[in-house]
Amino acid sequence: MKTGSTWKKSAMTPYVLLTPAIFLILVFMVYPIGNVFCLSLQHYNPTKPWINGFAGTENFVSILTDRDFWNALKVSVKWVLAEVALQLVFGMAIALILNQRFKGRGVFRALTFIPWAMSGVLTAVLWSLIYNENVGLLNDILLKTGLADVSSAWLANGKLVFGSVVVAELWRGIPFFAISLLAAMQSISGDLYEAADVDGCTRWNAFRYITLPSLKDTIILTTLLRTVWEFNSVDLIYSLTGGGPVGKTTTLSILIANHATKTSNYGYGSAISVISFLILSVFALTYLKASKYGTEE
Amino acid sequence: MKTKMRDKIFLRCLPLALINVFVLVPIFWTVVTSLKEEGDILKKPIRYIPDPVTFSNYARAWVNCRFDRYFFNSMKVSVIAVFFIVLIAVMAGYALSRFRFKGSGVFMLLLLCIQFIPHAVLLIPLFNIFHRLGLIGKPLSVILVCITFQFPFNSILMRGFIGGIPYTLEEAAQIDGCSRLMAVIKVVLPMLIPGIVTTSAFAFIGVWNEFLFSMMFLNDSANYTIPIGLKMMQGEYNISYGALAAGAIIAMSIPVALFAYLQKYLVTGLSAGAVKG
Repeated sequence: MKTGSTWKKSAMTPYVLLTPAIFLILVFMVYPIGNVFCLSLQHYNPTKPWINGFAGTENFVSILTDRDFWNALKVSVKWVLAEVALQLVFGMAIALILNQRFKGRGVFRALTFIPWAMSGVLTAVLWSLIYNENVGLLNDILLKTGLADVSSAWLANGKLVFGSVVVAELWRGIPFFAISLLAAMQSISGDLYEAADVDGCTRWNAFRYITLPSLKDTIILTTLLRTVWEFNSVDLIYSLTGGGPVGKTTTLSILIANHATKTSNYGYGSAISVISFLILSVFALTYLKASKYGTEE
Repeated sequence: MKTKMRDKIFLRCLPLALINVFVLVPIFWTVVTSLKEEGDILKKPIRYIPDPVTFSNYARAWVNCRFDRYFFNSMKVSVIAVFFIVLIAVMAGYALSRFRFKGSGVFMLLLLCIQFIPHAVLLIPLFNIFHRLGLIGKPLSVILVCITFQFPFNSILMRGFIGGIPYTLEEAAQIDGCSRLMAVIKVVLPMLIPGIVTTSAFAFIGVWNEFLFSMMFLNDSANYTIPIGLKMMQGEYNISYGALAAGAIIAMSIPVALFAYLQKYLVTGLSAGAVKG
């Protein structure tokens, strides 16, 4: 098909085309990951240069006895579980509804997916105006409908804050699941459902034995992607509560961000980053293996 | 017939209505707040419709709270970053869809895996790198980070778009005497425009919304982007809710406009790029 000389020339072409991509990955992804491992073994705080130096495992040892770390780990796990599970359930429900044929489906699809385009900070502003005690809509509606008799401090009350932030994040996160699941549903052949219908299969069984198995790989990948994403999500919590009150919404990522932006304790922050990275990697590998991802192929 | 009607109400109409209330109420409330006079916002009982309607909050956000500057900064960062993201994505996408070469599978896997890297983990080392490069405080640091974070997904997307253009067209142009590069510019590029627009919209939303690294790297309010401006405004002691709401509407105008364009590609695009590979 190709002559020798042009083949030789084009053999290099893909690598040339990929050079900028590879350069960026090496400089701003691979090197920093290596760097964070090195930093984690050092005392490094630009605001306190006198303590800087090799630390060995000291950062890790002090993390393991740090109550803030264990609290953040607990909050992270709670946060990820709540977000991923609820987003999956609601995303699935929405995808099932929007996969039906009805008038105005296009409009509803567009409306339902709008929050996908919003940033965490923006979501935080929108929901702070809902939760706010003075100007907020939520208290007003609850009081007017008689569902509550006193207004609550949704973001300052230690008992309510976690749930409040979870709901705000759901608002932004559900569309991603709905979109991914909807895309996968559209690739399921309609014949399967027709055949099931002929056989007198109930709607629940059709979902259980046709839809769910066909969506298996999509569900595994989206939940994994979302787990990582929620584990790392900083912007919404950071702008809505800053991790407070008293650490109730401080996830590991918020803890890292606080060490990076407030205490400048980079060595310690890096050590927490390394631990987060290891937790996520181990989780991702176990999850992919345990869920038998891609076994049908 | 009766059960069908009941199903329709309980399995479609009602949930759909509830979902849309959940999605739209925060947006509605922000619009309402942004159109109220400052005194009316705090007045009890709370009014659900602004009366009188005022646009003074927008003027205040734009001029006094410097959203004019933040908007311009966000535009600058986004336009520059998106240009390079698309350029890199076209190059990588072309390589991945048109050539069989050693390492292409590995590279593809790398592009997918990169999306799993926790960004918060990179915060401190990237700060260090940019500090050493003397780029802290400069928008270039944010631009570089955004390019790095956004190009992998968009390269995968672009690979799909380029793969959809028949190679025979390119070959025909080459037989007619075009060089490969000319064939790409004259034949592939015009057909790739919808793909480029879609990729740009995806990338633009991503860059426009970037917060964590901008927060860490940009320390001078002259360089703040919109998310940082919003965050700063929210943290103010004497917060003006009307201006904050107006700022939020200004901030969402661009992504929502792009979303309106993107939404028809969203279902196919997102799954092609991020999930199915």
